[in-house]
Amino acid sequence: MEQLTQLNKLLPTAESLRNLRPLAKREFRNGITFIAPWIFGFLAFTLIPIVATFVMTFTDWKISTGVVEPPSFVGLKNYATLLKDGQVWSFPSAGSTPGSLWITLRFGLIALPVGILLPLGIALLMNNKHLIGKNFFRSLFYMPFIVPFVASVFLWGGLLNSENGWINLTLLHLGVPKASLPGWVNDINWVYPAYVIMGIWGIGNAMLTMLAGIQGVPTDLFDAAKVDGATSFQTFLNVTFPMISPVIFYNLVLNIVGLFQYFLVPLVINAGTGNPGGATMFYNLYLYKTFFGNQNMSYGSTLAWLLFMVILVVTILIFWSARFWVYYASENP
Amino acid sequence: MSFMAFTKKTKTRNGLNSTFITIFTAALLALFLLPFLYMMLTSLKTKAQITVLGSPIYPAAVPLYNYKGENTKTYTFEAKKYGIPSDKTINMKDYAGKDLEIFNVPLENGQKKDLAVVVGYNKYSIFMDPKNPSADPIIWTGGYYKVLNRPWTFSPTWSNYTTVWKQLNFPRLLGNTAFYAFFTAIATVISSIVVAFGFSRFRFPGRDFLFVVMIATIFLPFAVTIIPTYTFFTKIGWTGTWLPLIIPQFFSSPYNVFLLRQFFMTLPRELDEAAMMDGASPLRILWSVIIPQSYPAIVAVTVFHIVWAWNDFFGPLIYLSTKPDSQPISVALARYNTNYATYPQYIQAGALMTLIIPLIIFVLAQRFFVQGIVITGVDK
Repeated sequence: MEQLTQLNKLLPTAESLRNLRPLAKREFRNGITFIAPWIFGFLAFTLIPIVATFVMTFTDWKISTGVVEPPSFVGLKNYATLLKDGQVWSFPSAGSTPGSLWITLRFGLIALPVGILLPLGIALLMNNKHLIGKNFFRSLFYMPFIVPFVASVFLWGGLLNSENGWINLTLLHLGVPKASLPGWVNDINWVYPAYVIMGIWGIGNAMLTMLAGIQGVPTDLFDAAKVDGATSFQTFLNVTFPMISPVIFYNLVLNIVGLFQYFLVPLVINAGTGNPGGATMFYNLYLYKTFFGNQNMSYGSTLAWLLFMVILVVTILIFWSARFWVYYASENP
Repeated sequence: MSFMAFTKKTKTRNGLNSTFITIFTAALLALFLLPFLYMMLTSLKTKAQITVLGSPIYPAAVPLYNYKGENTKTYTFEAKKYGIPSDKTINMKDYAGKDLEIFNVPLENGQKKDLAVVVGYNKYSIFMDPKNPSADPIIWTGGYYKVLNRPWTFSPTWSNYTTVWKQLNFPRLLGNTAFYAFFTAIATVISSIVVAFGFSRFRFPGRDFLFVVMIATIFLPFAVTIIPTYTFFTKIGWTGTWLPLIIPQFFSSPYNVFLLRQFFMTLPRELDEAAMMDGASPLRILWSVIIPQSYPAIVAVTVFHIVWAWNDFFGPLIYLSTKPDSQPISVALARYNTNYATYPQYIQAGALMTLIIPLIIFVLAQRFFVQGIVITGVDK
């Protein structure tokens, strides 16, 4: 992760390539030969498609009934459409459906803290010296991560069913009146919490990486904190957190990039209709509908390009913020 | 003495702490895994049970009594409808051979008895006693009969699984999914080993730059590459076939390369160098020196990929949407849900059939999972 911020330092200069010695030349030839599959795949499935996506934003290009029609060049027309597209930008206000970018942002603000704090909490619990059967618990907390996404959505969907789901039946037993039970995925006020609940089975990876981070903290640091009389909260704040901040940073970036692309759950659970009340028309779902539904490649590309830019800017901001809170032990030996 | 007391005290406190923390964690885990229980219990229920409000959470049969028609008399009951007298005449012969629902009815004498409902209305119902079928029927005016308790008995409906098995054409889905998972596993593991070897064992200008570019692609939004890729595959006629899903796997995957490279870097170079002195080619070194030492990492990458491919939803969804017969299980289950959403027992049975194989793989290979994730997560 650290290296991503110093990309320019890793680029070879033309001079260094020219002055290779015979042995180094052979190393170069062998190295390039072995990584050739990746280079070819990168060009064919990443770099060329990115450029093509960008070029497509200046065209009018559609697929109709499985046949790719010839494109026509339209200049900045797609960008003009994008700027005026209420489905993207429309500011959240009473009585109107917010734009998909706001929906994505709003959901992200609920889902991100859960996606970081829940795995962190469980990782801390797994590291607790009083816990008996650590390996057993660790495996089982990770296990739902391998459940196929579609299956886990239906499992949680059943549990969250507003009529006969266990969660609502429990609430009913606890005395919540029937009329004020949440309708979960069909309730505009509860659909985001429902999606967050459906997502908690995805914490396995984050939990394991954070746990490994915590276990990697040198024990003498904890001993020193103990000698200084630090409380367990102080120890966490001043020892554990700084030491595991690179792992948290890694999970934060993965989470944010993932949340910007969130759309499979609304696609499966609410059939991609944006129901209830347009609240689940996430940005990536709108993009998906534009391309796979309306087969509009050029406007789909324009939406994709905007998403790419937004993610890029946000990622750069997080990387910039890292200098203030992420601690790389290797920097100060 | 005080020292002894102190150690004893801390021991009990540690014991208490351990008990408390372990019980708390177990409770949390139970909550976390609750959907599995829901799935298993629901998949064995009948539709009839699910629609009954207040039915038990375990799979149970709606209690029924098959009336043989022992009583052939006709009865007239005084009853009221909207406050107006409306007598009800029933001929017990008409109900012979029918399945009558059994309820636990509170009688006027304060006792409760399991009775079968002959006819039921909003305000009153006519019951008969299954234990004494030739006796006269009883009128009950305590309210709506369906709110009465029923004498449920545990009864799992295993046939839900055979129903779903047939409706989904499960053997074919299993074949499709297994073919996709195992075939692409071979492709991606071999290509990733080769690429990881290139990144870990040769020094050349630009290597670290390319490596960082490769890692960065993990974070790249798929939206920015999918449109031209899909268009291209449509243009050459590959949409509707497995090719767009399989071919890209031959060019390694960044995640696997990363994991393997981290592992290869931990291997001592002395063996490579000795082999090189003996005149072994790089390919020979990879095959005879690196791979035999790297089984844990290779197994980890393989099981990761198989589970990933088993669960892959989006790729098959877009490329195989028009070919239901070629779809893997995840896409088929989503499609099944749109048709059978009102049959939770079938959806849950289908979900169990979908997740069972990854679950078995996980149980068998969990050590590799844990190690693999730790390598990728911490070193970044």
